Amino acid sequence: MKSVFFGAVSATALIASAVHAEPQAEVLHWWTSGGEAKSVAVLQEEFASKGGTWTDMPVAGGGGDAAMTALRARVLSGNAPTAVQLKGPAIQEWYEEGVLADISAVAEAQGWADVLPASIAGHMKCEGTWCAAPVNVHRVDWIWANADVLEANGIEMPTTWDEFNAAADKLAAAGVIPLAHGGQAWQDATVFEAVALGILGPDGFRKAFVDLDMDTLKSDEMKAVFDQMRTMRGYVDENFSGRDWNLATAMVMNGEAAFQIMGDWAKGEFMAAGKVPGEDFLCASVPGDGFLYNVDSFAMFNVDGDDKKAGQDLLAELIVGQNFQKVFNLNKGSIPARIDVPLDEFDSCAHLSAKDMSESSDNGSLLPSYAHGMALRGAQSGAITDVVTAHFNSDMSSDEAVNMLADAVANSM
Amino acid sequence: MTKWLEENTPKLVLAPSFIAVLIFVYGFIAWTAWVSFTRSRLLPRYDIEGLIQYERLFASPRWDTALNNLFVFGILFILIAMVLGLILAILLDQNIRTEGAIRTIYLYPMALSMIVTGTAWKWILNPGLGVEAMVRGWGFESFTFDWLVNPDMAIYTVVIAAIWQSSGFVMALFLAGLRSVDGEIIKAAQVDGIPTWRIYTAIIIPSMAPIFLSAFIVLSHLAIKSFDLVIALTGGGPGYATDLPATYMYAMAFSRGDIGQAASSAMIMMMVVFAIVVPYLYSELRSKDD
Repeated sequence: MKSVFFGAVSATALIASAVHAEPQAEVLHWWTSGGEAKSVAVLQEEFASKGGTWTDMPVAGGGGDAAMTALRARVLSGNAPTAVQLKGPAIQEWYEEGVLADISAVAEAQGWADVLPASIAGHMKCEGTWCAAPVNVHRVDWIWANADVLEANGIEMPTTWDEFNAAADKLAAAGVIPLAHGGQAWQDATVFEAVALGILGPDGFRKAFVDLDMDTLKSDEMKAVFDQMRTMRGYVDENFSGRDWNLATAMVMNGEAAFQIMGDWAKGEFMAAGKVPGEDFLCASVPGDGFLYNVDSFAMFNVDGDDKKAGQDLLAELIVGQNFQKVFNLNKGSIPARIDVPLDEFDSCAHLSAKDMSESSDNGSLLPSYAHGMALRGAQSGAITDVVTAHFNSDMSSDEAVNMLADAVANSM
Repeated sequence: MTKWLEENTPKLVLAPSFIAVLIFVYGFIAWTAWVSFTRSRLLPRYDIEGLIQYERLFASPRWDTALNNLFVFGILFILIAMVLGLILAILLDQNIRTEGAIRTIYLYPMALSMIVTGTAWKWILNPGLGVEAMVRGWGFESFTFDWLVNPDMAIYTVVIAAIWQSSGFVMALFLAGLRSVDGEIIKAAQVDGIPTWRIYTAIIIPSMAPIFLSAFIVLSHLAIKSFDLVIALTGGGPGYATDLPATYMYAMAFSRGDIGQAASSAMIMMMVVFAIVVPYLYSELRSKDD
């Protein structure tokens, strides 16, 4: 009896969906922790209020590794989710496997090209068609500082690497750990790319980490980058190996350490501890020009059925919509990807980030972060990170590191 | 019909598991071997491209480190765990009163997962929290024990934790072996006035050869498969100083979208296992034939 009843219901549902094409979306993501989960729930509610049915598919673990494994299995079995949290060149990598959908119709109707910075829009396109929707912009090249510690030692936020070194020496003499850092490969890479942006400049950075230009990778400037990394190694406490980034942030918060170089997710830690930007902690871009971004996005996969296609279009529209961009980024500590979202409710660091983003977008120094998988494919960025972390954690010379870097990049092709 | 059933029941019962093993073990070994000859990146591709992945693998300094670490870790771990296990077993074999309790204590680490062992040792060996901080707290300010954060020494911390975990198990194996030696021979030797250490070196230990072999096989496959301990204890760091082939393979397959590299490293790992297991199987089969 029961099964007959359910059969009838699902048959009605089938007819209904054939008539109305009720939007359906299955969304694969790994935003499962506190603020992130809240942010996804916002999107879910909006989707439901427009009459859609959202099937959540959160796969946590390994910073997205587990989700990617699940995605691979789904795609190989010919049953891809509607939308998947993907970013950077991974989007194009999946496109080349022939599994991404074209959402140009929505993008053009919503005028995405006018509201997204050009270089970020570039990541959302696959050979000229739109195939992904951006969610946020994290800035990676931030330097965070404990305001009281700087004041007590008479130090201003550094604007050149020499100033940073001088400040760090002074702090070390005063018994404060100059740089809070966690010895994990991706954190080493985060500091490295911040230093590289400062020393190579935006053009050099693009040549080295976007174009993989061998001459730049082997240049004297690159040696200078590794020299600065060696100097920075001296500013880290001896107990840094394997430390998580949020514990390093806590060291800045409680005054044990003065600076941390980390993306703006660190701001979330400060805020959660009730610290006020500009008073308790300071934020500034690392010495040098440019802006390194880490943009989360949803890639749209090929799906069958009008209901799913309708779901895909609705989802894309909502993700780039003003409301979701505002609410999500307030929760996550990043800034909206679209430039026309009012920033009244955002904090001063976010205002600085948004201002710098539009300036660097105009002068061509808005650059993808290599350490967070925006600039290069996994194999290449992984090869660079291997060298960076091997150099930082040993007594390797800069000459040796530069040669290893060139070899590793060549070998990863 | 019943006769046919009687004859074929064993085959019928074994067939499903036989087929499952054929497909899911040997089938996928063959699949991995195939993929290791291709240029697979994010998803597997099936156009054979030759030995390119193996060339890349052996050109990678990280793989060099991983393979070196496997040998350092494997040799030290197997050797020390066996020696320590044997000594513990012999000491326990002296008819001491609380043997049951002590045996349980030594076996207990086996009950923990490698993740727990790794996390506990990570805290013990952390210079800012563990042994170094404690000894310095006692007033020995210049004491340093920073192996965990020293890239040259970090692999030895993995050895220490693995030995702590496994030597109790080896002890149990050897203890069973010691107990299975014929008591009459030992008594005869004692009557002849042969010193105890000679009884062990000349009679008991030589007669335990099969146990040594089993212990060796169990420990060596534990060493080659080691993954969770490294992930929990050092995360492969500092840098990639404690990478093992298994962690290398994981990084390539699941973090970097380089399935070809992962497949070729998996094949090399399998060859290392074969190099150990095949001689063992060969000797086993030959002794059956005799």
